[in-house]
Amino acid sequence: MRAPPSDLPVVLEDVSVLVGPVALLGGISLRIAPGDPTVLIGPNGAGKTTLLRVAMGLIAPSRGRITWGGRENAAPDHRAIVFQRPAMLRRSTAANIRYALTAASAPRATHNERIAELLALVGLAGLERRPARRLSGGEQQRLALARALARDPDLLLLDEPTASLDPAATKAIEDIVRSVAARGVKVVMSTHDLGQAKRIGGEIALLHRGRLIERAATAEFFTAPRTEEAKRFIAGELLV
Amino acid sequence: METDASALHLVLTGDPALYAIVVLSLLVSLSALVFAAIIGIPLGAALALVRFTGREAVIVVLNALMGLPPVVIGLAIFLLLSRSGPLGSWGLLFTPQAMILAQTVMVAPIIAALTRQTVEDLWAEYKDELTAMNVGPGGRIATLIWDARFSLVTALLAGFGRAAAEVGAIIIVGGNIEGFTRTMTTAIALETSKGDLSLAVGLGLVLLSIIIVINALAWGARRLGERHAG
Repeated sequence: MRAPPSDLPVVLEDVSVLVGPVALLGGISLRIAPGDPTVLIGPNGAGKTTLLRVAMGLIAPSRGRITWGGRENAAPDHRAIVFQRPAMLRRSTAANIRYALTAASAPRATHNERIAELLALVGLAGLERRPARRLSGGEQQRLALARALARDPDLLLLDEPTASLDPAATKAIEDIVRSVAARGVKVVMSTHDLGQAKRIGGEIALLHRGRLIERAATAEFFTAPRTEEAKRFIAGELLV
Repeated sequence: METDASALHLVLTGDPALYAIVVLSLLVSLSALVFAAIIGIPLGAALALVRFTGREAVIVVLNALMGLPPVVIGLAIFLLLSRSGPLGSWGLLFTPQAMILAQTVMVAPIIAALTRQTVEDLWAEYKDELTAMNVGPGGRIATLIWDARFSLVTALLAGFGRAAAEVGAIIIVGGNIEGFTRTMTTAIALETSKGDLSLAVGLGLVLLSIIIVINALAWGARRLGERHAG
């Protein structure tokens, strides 16, 4: 049973992240509520990674405010993130998950059962003792997902989890994401692959130059985009 | 040739005087290594993680301390422990404890500086993950030290090498007293000056063997670590 309170909804109110004179995010207001996955799309440098890091609480907004389940400065007890290039701890595959379980204060008696369950979920059963750094890129990404899920999150943030993976590894990740979302975990995932955005479903949020340009249900976004930027992005034009 | 044969004879027949010196040398250097590790590893790890004003100056000083001449350390400890010094009442001058203290002072900066570098590199890699997992400062340091343990073996080895090979500090604070504070290096220096090359060469062979064996063990530990931890 999940311990209350939840980190959802995550509410960003006019959030800006400034590095010197450069705005990585400029005045974003967004409410992330339980439900289908939210897919962040946009060209490189649009602010997708920064937005995910703000939502995780790793970057504090320069302006504006963010709350998790109505609380400011909420410890990340009910949210988790998978980075685009996750770092593997210098331990075995199973020990990486055990570490995440310990960090999340999961009862020690449940560790072995949870490790087996998570490894089965991400298709890494049988690789328990393999050093995590010896796994392939796709396997490392799946282990990072398992490690994030070990925190039993309400909110799972994924930063381009399939970048640089081959189609088979990409499909494996997408299948896991759908399965996790079906269990009631809110997934927010960034990608610049429009095909993937369609496959993951839910809703789309288009970012460009640190601003939220358009947000709509996936079908609506692709069939009836409202903004010029969305139309051009869907048409495959370069947004600069 | 005659000297070499006598030296080998001393080593192979287990000459009691020679082995007493070897045992004391190992006791002093290994004790100093343990104390230096207890001080140096957490200090280096904390320095890698904690940001404070003057941190860079501390790192520069720490790096400089790695090259501190042993005779200067010996002199400083001598002044500290001498009868009129601040710790003179402890009565430690010309004892193995004073030699351990001198070698600890010499080795701790080496271990701390190498630990700082190793842990800082690993922290750059782990920072996002450990922050996202909400791991506290103590947990971070413990994780980084544990995951860097096979690399830290090299730091310990460098420290042991410096301690086992040095003569300047321990000859000042130990006094090279036969049967009490005479170690391999101080004995080699003394016996060479006296012209008793058999004992000096015998001790040299033992010292060399110990260094080779310890390096081999450390190499093995690293390879084992790479196989099991990646």
